[in-house]
Amino acid sequence: MAWEMNSDRPIYTQIYDKILVRIVCGIYRAGTRLPSVRDLAAEASVNPNTMQRAFTELERSGLIVTLRNSGRVVTEDMQMIDNAKRQLALAQIDSFFANMRELGYTDQEIMVLINSVIAEK
Amino acid sequence: MNNNNENPMATQQDNNSTSAYPQQENSSVYMQQSASTSPYVPQENDSAYPQQTGTPSVYPQPENSTPLYAQKESGTAPYTQQNQMYGGNSVPATPLLQLNDLCKRYPGMGSYMSVFHMNLVIPRGRIIGLLGPNGCGKSTLIKMINGLLTPTCGNVLINGLNPCAATKKVISYLPERTYLDNSMKVSQMVGYFADFYEDFSTEKAFQMLGALGISTEARLKTLSKGTKEKVQLILVMSRHADLYILDEPIAGVDPAARDYILRTIITNYNPGSTILLSTHLISDIENILDDVIFMKNGSLMLYTSVDAIRSQMGKSVDTYFREVYAC
Repeated sequence: MAWEMNSDRPIYTQIYDKILVRIVCGIYRAGTRLPSVRDLAAEASVNPNTMQRAFTELERSGLIVTLRNSGRVVTEDMQMIDNAKRQLALAQIDSFFANMRELGYTDQEIMVLINSVIAEK
Repeated sequence: MNNNNENPMATQQDNNSTSAYPQQENSSVYMQQSASTSPYVPQENDSAYPQQTGTPSVYPQPENSTPLYAQKESGTAPYTQQNQMYGGNSVPATPLLQLNDLCKRYPGMGSYMSVFHMNLVIPRGRIIGLLGPNGCGKSTLIKMINGLLTPTCGNVLINGLNPCAATKKVISYLPERTYLDNSMKVSQMVGYFADFYEDFSTEKAFQMLGALGISTEARLKTLSKGTKEKVQLILVMSRHADLYILDEPIAGVDPAARDYILRTIITNYNPGSTILLSTHLISDIENILDDVIFMKNGSLMLYTSVDAIRSQMGKSVDTYFREVYAC
């Protein structure tokens, strides 16, 4: 099944994001090997050059490491992965607040609403 | 929350300008604003005349990363670099395909040029979409590359050679219409191709036929139009060519088979070869393309990478195409 892509951003940045999410949520675990560029390109139905480019950016960020004889592995630096995870979470919260403010909620009202939703559960 | 982003990362992009990855785009969208220059009358001094920009600038600038299947760009002159695919440093860097000032005028068309002074250099290791509205000269261009039409002026060089038997050996061509013998069985057709082309892989062909559920004992005349197209595409993709030229490869094929065919193209194409495909189904193939060529009234309008269009225009190639060619 081809990966869903948005139309407004370069494809490699979207692949980057998708692989990042997979690393953060443990589908690709720290220290384990990643699928090959060709396999992943086929899975995503994208050009292998594009997939390669996403991998290159991930390597540059340090989240994946290329070893001489065992291909690409996810970094074992848990701190780095946690950091990436936190960045993703903060981005979610930012976007949530932005959307709520658009609806006319103040920060206080948002907090009250959140607490009441949690209490109901 | 009214914004249902199915992709959690999308929100990050929307609201956080400091994105997690570097936004580097060296490639420039090279735009040939030639809409005002009518192709009817060649004018050497026309400022929008494609030749004046020089061939190298027509090709998208190298990007920062090293593409897996493309040779690393080095130096300032594109495509004079060593060809890594063939290992040796003694191999001269001849572009895979080069068009020099190529024109085609059909008899009886007055002074109208179907292809108008095209200059183009196509390297190895890319998947390139040849896009443009109906009648803009895509098929004419493709036929000249394959030696089916003779250029009115200019020339086509494939590995440095004019179209001839030797170039047909390295080009696998899917024409716009079927040319297979209807009375033959699919398996006979495979045998025919295997006899005809040294680089044909019978095994690959049967494997793809099996995956698409096409009976090898069926005669071609009993197959539907779409199935016939699939057979033809399979035959073409089963070769191990340097250049695959596919004229409208997926037009008559259902969406599920389309996905399979695109996957086949991705997984089967060998790193040293280039695929040039013309199509109107841009959104379907956009994700597998490296570069796009836009043609208009027989002229080259734009030759750039998909990433460059997306990052500089902020829209997909499909959307961009609709804007550029809006009627």
